[in-house]
Amino acid sequence: MSQDHNKSRRHFLGQAAATTAVIAPGITLMTIAQANQDQPHGASSSKRWGMLVDTNKCTDGCTDCVSACQQENGWGDGSSDESLSNPQQKAQWIRTVTIRDKQTGHTNQLPMMCQHCESPACVDVCPTGASMKRVDGIVLVDKHICIGCRYCMMACPYKARSFVHESLHDQKSNSPRGKGTVEACTMCVHRVDHGDQPACVEKCSSGAMMFGDLNDPNSDISKKLAEVDSTQIRADLGLNPSIRYSGI
Amino acid sequence: MLSQMLKQISRQRVTVVALVLGSLMGYASIAQSGDRDGVRSSISPNAGDSCVRETSWMRRNHMELLQHDRDRTLRQGIRSVDGSIKGCVECHVQQDDHGNTVAINAENQFCSSCHAFTSVSIDCFECHATTPDSVKRAAK
Amino acid sequence: MKRVVYSGIEGRSLGYWGLMGALGFFILLAAGSFLYMEHSGHHVTGMNNQVVWGMPHVFAIFLIVAASGALNVASISSVFNQKIYKPLARMSAMLALTLLAGGLVVLLLDLGRADRMITAVTNYNFKSIFAWNIILYSGFFVIVLAYLWSMFDPKLHKHTRKAGTAAFIWRLVLTTGTGSIFGFLSARQGYDAAIMAPMFIIMSFAFGKAIFMILLIGTYRYTDRSISADLIERLNNLFGVFVAAVLYFTVVFHLTNLYAAEHGDFERFILMDGGVYTFLFWVVQVLLGGVVPLVLIYHPAFRYNIRSLIAASSLVIIGGIAHIYGIVVGGQAFPLVLFPGKEVSSSFNEGVVNSYSPSLPEILLGLGGVAVAVALFLFAIKMLRLVPENLDAEHTENVTEVPA
Repeated sequence: MSQDHNKSRRHFLGQAAATTAVIAPGITLMTIAQANQDQPHGASSSKRWGMLVDTNKCTDGCTDCVSACQQENGWGDGSSDESLSNPQQKAQWIRTVTIRDKQTGHTNQLPMMCQHCESPACVDVCPTGASMKRVDGIVLVDKHICIGCRYCMMACPYKARSFVHESLHDQKSNSPRGKGTVEACTMCVHRVDHGDQPACVEKCSSGAMMFGDLNDPNSDISKKLAEVDSTQIRADLGLNPSIRYSGI
Repeated sequence: MLSQMLKQISRQRVTVVALVLGSLMGYASIAQSGDRDGVRSSISPNAGDSCVRETSWMRRNHMELLQHDRDRTLRQGIRSVDGSIKGCVECHVQQDDHGNTVAINAENQFCSSCHAFTSVSIDCFECHATTPDSVKRAAK
Repeated sequence: MKRVVYSGIEGRSLGYWGLMGALGFFILLAAGSFLYMEHSGHHVTGMNNQVVWGMPHVFAIFLIVAASGALNVASISSVFNQKIYKPLARMSAMLALTLLAGGLVVLLLDLGRADRMITAVTNYNFKSIFAWNIILYSGFFVIVLAYLWSMFDPKLHKHTRKAGTAAFIWRLVLTTGTGSIFGFLSARQGYDAAIMAPMFIIMSFAFGKAIFMILLIGTYRYTDRSISADLIERLNNLFGVFVAAVLYFTVVFHLTNLYAAEHGDFERFILMDGGVYTFLFWVVQVLLGGVVPLVLIYHPAFRYNIRSLIAASSLVIIGGIAHIYGIVVGGQAFPLVLFPGKEVSSSFNEGVVNSYSPSLPEILLGLGGVAVAVALFLFAIKMLRLVPENLDAEHTENVTEVPA
């Protein structure tokens, strides 16, 4: 019985889409394009999503990726919340870090966020399993079972995670976040699942960020990685992060 | 294995309690509310003509559906699910007289009216958005 | 050859109820602090996204570490068959339970979502050291309760030694687990050391013993019971060994770190220019919590004096809290090293020492844990027959009729 209803709803939605096609073809085309790339069976273990950051292209003082993330996921300037928390308590999903070589004085800027490790320390230490890694390598927090113990934040070498220090009311529907739980960059999993790129990569005006499937030798990112010299941050820890940097 | 067992037990217990409460409260609300029932099940103009399941089934079991699909979406990345809380909000959110969208957990709105009546507190909206993105919100 | 008679303390004096009232007041303050932090969120605390564990964790870890150490007197009597300690085994085991309860209360009430702490049992990640600790804590309660029971029930006396041994092994594993919470964190300069686990075990011996002696001597003084000089002498000497061992492990820990160049910056931070952390290390932890107590314990002018023993115990407790503060907060205050050999800066406190100043509610919550532990202990010695009526010489030498 419930299936019938299900069908009738799908049917209805189909009709609605068809109607829209007449009124606004552009929108419908986009919807269909997304729907086609949707993965009905969910994340696939044959994929491993990753990023390559070319720090030589990353412009000093530019914060495109940070604002894109804030708008997309509703933190910092992308939300009216967190007015009570002090700057050290406010969420920071992605930040730009300036590094300067002590000997040569050479400086670089780069974006720093969850590195989506293959062997994430945060997942190992989480007592409830709220810290988890999807089969396609994206590391997430399941806020439904996060108890807010913050042990993952102790374990993360990249200071990639934030704890929400107050009640929130102005969340984005794709990025649930709330008081007393831990959060971090999701690699814009809601966009990736629809075949899109993470917001930071899309909005990076200098083209310093590249996103793709590290397991697919024919993907742009794999080809580029085969060509240029790249490195992982704190590679010595053996966590094998999915985010790689070139030019440092 | 232990955790599995405990999970099973706690789920079963939650289910039983929810079913008992749900059926009690469901009858109570139907018996008592009469015309107010219309307010509770009302849907906003941007909704379709029916819910993902039959209304009476949803009244009693929406939490099961939501819980089942939240894990599939979050952990497996399956996004074409019926039990999407984002979907609930999109369909059931209401506008006030000025055309501003009212948070779905605000007093007398879709989620809160029933949940206040049945004394079941939910913490979905500690984290989840209470209005669809890019709408004009009503002042709190 | 006298039989040891255990009895509850009378617990009707003004002093007893005054003390219980004061403890109750602290527990109420802690409950208020918890509700305040839970309602407002952690923005009202001094904790932030760089120092994520603060004062509550310092108290919680101190109490948990001390809990396993408080069991020591019982272990020495049951496992190593030191008869002189046997009459004290019941109190020792009970104190271990109440200290653990106090520590866990603080730990659980500081969770971001304390309302769903049950999730820690229903959802379980077997790879997590934290989750192992949940099993270790629950197991400790069960095993020590069984051990206590075997001491109470004459029919079970023959099992006391087995239960005591199990409890002893379990407490070693438990403190190893607590130490490993830090020792396994390879990302942070101040942690990531296998020595953390044995160091925590030694710390537990000293801290647990210090608390036990204060409560033991206090109980005997206020109930007009007597303790033999021989027993005081032995407690004193054993305590001295533990305090010296903590200093020894501290030296080895820092020497090892100093030898490895990559930890050099962290050592300079703790030992030289870390401000409050350097002060806490040298003045409170090493001097007040180590050197001064050793003088009080071993110098002929103070040795075997009950007052200096109490003073030494109090100093070890203060030094111990400073020690744990240095490990927990000091380890987080030192910045993470993302790019070795480079200078870093960002909008998110990159490469700078992270600030933390404990807020009042955090301190009150921590003190509340101590109050819970002591109040439970005082209640237990009133309700149960835990305290030997007499610990003078003829009762502690050639003791019979006490469980093996």
